[in-house]
Amino acid sequence: MGTEVGVGHYLVVSAILLVLGIFGIFLNRKNVIIILMSIELILLAVNLNLVAFSASLGDLVGQVFAMFVLTVAAAEAAIGLAIVVIYFRNRGSIQVEDVNLMKG
Amino acid sequence: MIYAVAVFAPLFGALVAGLLGRSIGDRAAMAVSVLCMLVAAALGPIACFQLVGGDASAGTVSLGTWVDAGHFHASWALRYDTLSAVMVAMVCFVAMLIHVYSIGYMAHDAYPRYRFFSYLSLFTFSMLMLVTADNLLQLFFGWEGVGLCSYLLIGYWYDRPSANAAAIKAFITNRIGDLFFAVGIALIFFKFGSIEFSTIFPAVPQHGADTYSVLGGTYPAFEVIGVLLFIGAMGKSAQIGLHVWLPDAMEGPTPVSALIHAATMVTAGVFLVARMSPIYEFAPFALGLVTFIGATTALFAATIGCVQNDIKRVIAYSTCSQLGYMFAAAGVGAFQVSIFHLITHAFFKALLFLSAGSVIHAMSDEQDMRKMGGLWRMIPWTCAMMWIGSLALAGIPPFAGYYSKDAIISATYASGTGIGMYGFICTVLAALLTAFYSWRLLFMTFNGKSRADHHVLEHVHESPWVMIGPLLVLGTGAIVAGKLLDGTFIGEGWQEFWNGAIFNAPNNHVLAGLEHVPGWVEMSPLVVGLLGIALAYVMYIANPLLPMRLATMFRPIYLFLLNKWYFDELYDAIFVQPAIRLARMLWQTGDATIIDGVPNGLAEITVDGSRQAVKIQTGSLAVYAFVMLIGVVVLVGLFLVSR
Amino acid sequence: MIATVFFYIFAVVLLISAAMVVSSRNPVHSVLFLILSFFNAAALFLIAGAEFLAMILMIVYVGAVAVLFLFVVMMLDIDFAELRGGFQRYLPIGATVGAVLFIELALVISGWKFAPGAPTLRLAPVPAQVSNTAALGRLLYTDYVFLFQAAGLLLLVAMIGAIVLTLRDRKTSRHQIIRVQTERTVAETLEMVTVSIGAGVKDIGIFEPKVAEQEEPESAEETHHGH
Repeated sequence: MGTEVGVGHYLVVSAILLVLGIFGIFLNRKNVIIILMSIELILLAVNLNLVAFSASLGDLVGQVFAMFVLTVAAAEAAIGLAIVVIYFRNRGSIQVEDVNLMKG
Repeated sequence: MIYAVAVFAPLFGALVAGLLGRSIGDRAAMAVSVLCMLVAAALGPIACFQLVGGDASAGTVSLGTWVDAGHFHASWALRYDTLSAVMVAMVCFVAMLIHVYSIGYMAHDAYPRYRFFSYLSLFTFSMLMLVTADNLLQLFFGWEGVGLCSYLLIGYWYDRPSANAAAIKAFITNRIGDLFFAVGIALIFFKFGSIEFSTIFPAVPQHGADTYSVLGGTYPAFEVIGVLLFIGAMGKSAQIGLHVWLPDAMEGPTPVSALIHAATMVTAGVFLVARMSPIYEFAPFALGLVTFIGATTALFAATIGCVQNDIKRVIAYSTCSQLGYMFAAAGVGAFQVSIFHLITHAFFKALLFLSAGSVIHAMSDEQDMRKMGGLWRMIPWTCAMMWIGSLALAGIPPFAGYYSKDAIISATYASGTGIGMYGFICTVLAALLTAFYSWRLLFMTFNGKSRADHHVLEHVHESPWVMIGPLLVLGTGAIVAGKLLDGTFIGEGWQEFWNGAIFNAPNNHVLAGLEHVPGWVEMSPLVVGLLGIALAYVMYIANPLLPMRLATMFRPIYLFLLNKWYFDELYDAIFVQPAIRLARMLWQTGDATIIDGVPNGLAEITVDGSRQAVKIQTGSLAVYAFVMLIGVVVLVGLFLVSR
Repeated sequence: MIATVFFYIFAVVLLISAAMVVSSRNPVHSVLFLILSFFNAAALFLIAGAEFLAMILMIVYVGAVAVLFLFVVMMLDIDFAELRGGFQRYLPIGATVGAVLFIELALVISGWKFAPGAPTLRLAPVPAQVSNTAALGRLLYTDYVFLFQAAGLLLLVAMIGAIVLTLRDRKTSRHQIIRVQTERTVAETLEMVTVSIGAGVKDIGIFEPKVAEQEEPESAEETHHGH
């Protein structure tokens, strides 16, 4: 790593963030809210990646795309939480493992 | 022209009665078919007389091409020579009489009668096609056609399981013979390059040295052809080995037995041998086989006929025996004699069968002779006709059988060969037995005290004139046919009469030798015939308890004869049971387990596989996420590796 | 130089707070750590030069999404202790898979090469004189306007979906049923009574409404659905 911060640094950070997010999904299998938060982390890692490339290449498309990712992430968080709320309303718990009616 | 009309008129009758019978009604169908038979019966003999009398000349009436494939040509054509014309005349005439008889016999039948008449006329047409065939394929067509009609008519009363079984038995036994026949035809085509008689017969001398390799040995081609064709004839004419179907065929109505199993179909085998005489004359071994089988059958069937209790079965075995006679004659080279006997036999055997039908009709469908007796007062005409038929059969002069049967016995003696001697002995013994069982039948049925119960006795009545009429005509034929035809068929004028329709090799002098047999040979059939009659008289009139005592004393022999020499049981053990076992094994193991198992097994594998695969759907979110993650890792790894 | 230092500070804090998000026992802590991560990510964006995106990140993610998370966490009465049960069991394999993934990403990144003609292939080059926001605006409302509209529709659908999912029909809220109103007949609503001179309302007997008996049990039942 040189004194100049280049694309590589950003990418490493993004990669670690991604792995942390996936790790989070993995570990917190029972707590669906943590899972949703881990997903937000993953999306954040992606955004970081896009912005890094946009900055280094001087191409604004990366930032436009990151904005759309942001939009979708927000929508998805909203719906996901709505589902959790109703699920809790019906079941009284948010044990994700109980959601297995589609079990084959 | 009238020849063609005579042949096709029955077909027209069959089609109208069969296809339109339901709509035009029974009586109209019967009328049409009988009318067509009358036309045929008029034109057939006319055509014959024209040919014999010299008004028409022998030739072929060509009707069109049938098969034209490469080197194989077969056409529809009617052969117009003495042999065919004589057969046509006989078949048409006898069939017409039986059609008329059937009007009365089937009058009380449960089924609509148009079916019966349609089948009868169809049969007549097939037989006519057979005898007028100008090539082997057409002959085989007629051969198969009569087999088919025999099946249809034996199983006419299809609600009886025994009738169905008998029909199948007849068809299958014939089929075995037909297989060999077909192979024989193929071999003829292979050797001669054609199956038309007009091509084959002149070419016979050229192929005299031909050989054919089969089953590891090389034999003269004519011998192989002769044996193959004869096996086909054995099936059709119920010779020993393939005879098992004939007694069972009595399940059919009596007119059927009279027409098919006495006069016409069973004689097709004899006709075939006579027709193929140009080849047979150069196949001495085959001829020897013919005589041997024929003579053995004559004796064998006669022994069985002596102990049968069903009136029709006695006459059936008698037919079998007489066919053996015809083959015995053909085998020693006296084809003309066998055809002569064929014609006379047609008359008196049909007469016997129809009279038996009359008896059965009178006895309210009772066929067991042990329940008959003392009927001569009640049905005198039938009794008289049966006596005439039996006299003709036994060969008592001046009845028809005397001329033809004696000619056969003389011919076997005159042949001079060892096998001819064997034939002579067998036929003489069979003549003794023939007379015996014929009079046994007569005495048991018509004489003595009645053994029927009185219900049946009340209904005994003479048959209507529509049934008696044909009997009278046949009876006349049985009386005079022998005397009339003797001179032309085998007498002085035989060569002009036959005019090459039957071929005799240059060294075949049997017919000439008929005149020169010793006196005792000429008398022997008559002597043994009278002896047989006397024996029957002793056993059934003078001393009625004698048969039973003899049967108990010689019980094993009696049972052996009563059970038809156990042929049916033998065939059952050798052929039927293994076939059933094989079929059962193929069905249960081959079909149900293996062949059905494959798609069923595949379906089960699919279902089981999907049942296992469905366990992937755990319903657990975490597992799904984990799987997705693993997928990502794998994909990235692949990408890295491939780079 | 300064930029590098700040970059490292923000990056480290981001990663630590992200780790805390997933491993914190208290979910409220998790949410707060999430907010911290967002802040640091926004700072990183700023360093990279995407100021608009950084601000948007703050406003939308922190202001809306994280707060939403907080609302839900506080609203649901959950026993989080039992939810942590499987944590230790899956730690090894999770770590393994994570490590594998990280190694793969590292391999990908280290082998990265830009194509020779890459600098000239720009879909939307950064314009010189304009601020980042203005540049993005120019791009968004011209070249990518359809996507923009689609994103708007997406948000609309999400909003409707969230409402439909969570809306509870309260029986105590009164709302009109237009059909019943328009099908009302005179006979149901109006009764003509002749009043004698000087009679009071009590004498006429119109105090109790006619359908009172049927309504009362209905409303009494409904109030038993406690919330």
